[in-house]
Amino acid sequence: MTNQAPISILPAPGSQLPDRLFKWAAALAAVMVVVLIVLVGWELYLGSRQALFKFGAGFLWSSEWDPVAEKYGALPFIFGTLVSSLLALVIAVPLSIATALFLTELAPMRLRQPIIMAIEMLAAVPSVIFGMWGIFVLIPWLRDHAFVWLKHTLGFLPLFQGPIYGVSMLAAGIIIAIMILPIVTSISREILRSVPDLQREAAYALGATRWEVLRIAVLSYARRGLFGAAVLGLGRALGETMAVTMVIGNRPEISASLFAPGYTLASVVANEFTEATTDLYLSSLFELGLVLLAVTILVNIAAQVMLKSMTGGVSSKVA
Amino acid sequence: MEASPYLPSPEYARWRKWKSAAVTGVLVMCALAVIAPLFIIIYFLLARGYSSLDWSFFTQLPKPTGEVGGGMANAIVGTMTLLAMAAVVGVPFGVFGGIYLAEYGSDRANDWLRFAADVLNGVPSIVWGMVVYLILVVPFKTFSAYAGGVALGLIMVPLVMRTTEEVLVLVPQSYREAALALGIARWKVILVIVVRTALKGIATGVIVALARIAGETAPLLFTALGNSFWNHNLKEPISALPLQIFAYAISPYDDWHRQAWAGALVLMALILALNITVRVLSRDRQSTR
Repeated sequence: MTNQAPISILPAPGSQLPDRLFKWAAALAAVMVVVLIVLVGWELYLGSRQALFKFGAGFLWSSEWDPVAEKYGALPFIFGTLVSSLLALVIAVPLSIATALFLTELAPMRLRQPIIMAIEMLAAVPSVIFGMWGIFVLIPWLRDHAFVWLKHTLGFLPLFQGPIYGVSMLAAGIIIAIMILPIVTSISREILRSVPDLQREAAYALGATRWEVLRIAVLSYARRGLFGAAVLGLGRALGETMAVTMVIGNRPEISASLFAPGYTLASVVANEFTEATTDLYLSSLFELGLVLLAVTILVNIAAQVMLKSMTGGVSSKVA
Repeated sequence: MEASPYLPSPEYARWRKWKSAAVTGVLVMCALAVIAPLFIIIYFLLARGYSSLDWSFFTQLPKPTGEVGGGMANAIVGTMTLLAMAAVVGVPFGVFGGIYLAEYGSDRANDWLRFAADVLNGVPSIVWGMVVYLILVVPFKTFSAYAGGVALGLIMVPLVMRTTEEVLVLVPQSYREAALALGIARWKVILVIVVRTALKGIATGVIVALARIAGETAPLLFTALGNSFWNHNLKEPISALPLQIFAYAISPYDDWHRQAWAGALVLMALILALNITVRVLSRDRQSTR
């Protein structure tokens, strides 16, 4: 018995191949996410090559979009996308953070879960249903009441001047705001929950009132993370397509008035893609898609980095 | 009693308390404002959609332009078909990716992969439509159900991957060690012990992803395209509820608006049903996500 095989902690040699195959299959699937990002960028580049070479960088700041004259410029769409998204943020972020504060700091325990559920359900409403509700309910109300009132009271600002059609930049901003409320709220909630109780207790011990505790101990501590939540909301807002297409009016114009119709990168693609009659037209739409992709990816990366420094990757849990 | 010079005046203390109470009130109002849209939308879906629901909505094809009546039977079946195809594409990649993150990946690699998944998750859905158009519609020269299914499936990948990972890491390490100690090959341990233990959680993640893509319209516009007839061949365009709702909602016909509301109600009911399934599945898992 000189040559006894050593007891091995490794599985028998025969079983290593399936093991390795399994690991590679899993690795392949995991790497898919990276491959997909590259693929998306590459395909959009291929699709937009013709427009890229023809127009160069001028595409980005040319404001003329006239398919009949073969003139394509992205500026009205970039403008529309930014304005509608920023409007949405202005409306949604304060509401979301306030709601998150309410849910983590104030609400009675038995109220929290139902409210959280309602917010999750709001997140589940499809874009197209928001859009339809926008067309048939929100816009008539805005046109006949809210906008009239705004024009009457704040009409001295250029933002609230000009004719009221109903479909408008402001309507789009409101719809997008409703749509990003859930994600900004739930991420803000995660952020606020990660604020140590010691912070709050210390402030209370100093005799702070509830609001002072929130302001001094909670909000200032969570500031960075909340900013990240807002940026993530921006990422979502930029890419909203259907609901925006249905309420923004779809006119490639740049106007100071929020009552004026606009157009966004996503909605022009949704509207004109299947109608693009020439290669250059289609290619220009692809370039708009490429611009949209680049902006959303940059915004998302920024949001992830900000959130990561606050907690260990909060976004995944609610995304 | 003489006021202490070290304490603020009673007026100031009262002002601070008043301010705090006011802010509390504002926060409550904001919370109400955030959940109000849900109830408003559900109210309108019920008020306008329910009365438009009839038997023909579920059994008939859309009528030609301008004619009254007809239904969305083909769109309902189309949405189901597309969801099934999306699951076929998205679930294997998502689950295996999640397995890699939970069972194999180094911390460093995982950080990057998670980061990529989260970024991918932020890609606007319309962009998926454009990409799949180039990959599957242009080469085969036709819009198809396949293209729609793939577009939705790709959107599912990062979602399923992240949720799968989350539930797999909850499986106690001792399960793996016990199984490995018995000499079971690692892949079998993962499939038979770890994945099996977490199966409910994985299913939950898949259903959440399905609920999320069930209402997607933008990625279908240039892939599945829509169809006013039955789809008998997956290589041809197929209808879907969101597409049909969109087409009808922006049309100028009252009867189509009526049907759009009905379609929206059905779509919302489908999505709520998926979400309720999730709640039932994850009820015994007492972790509120």
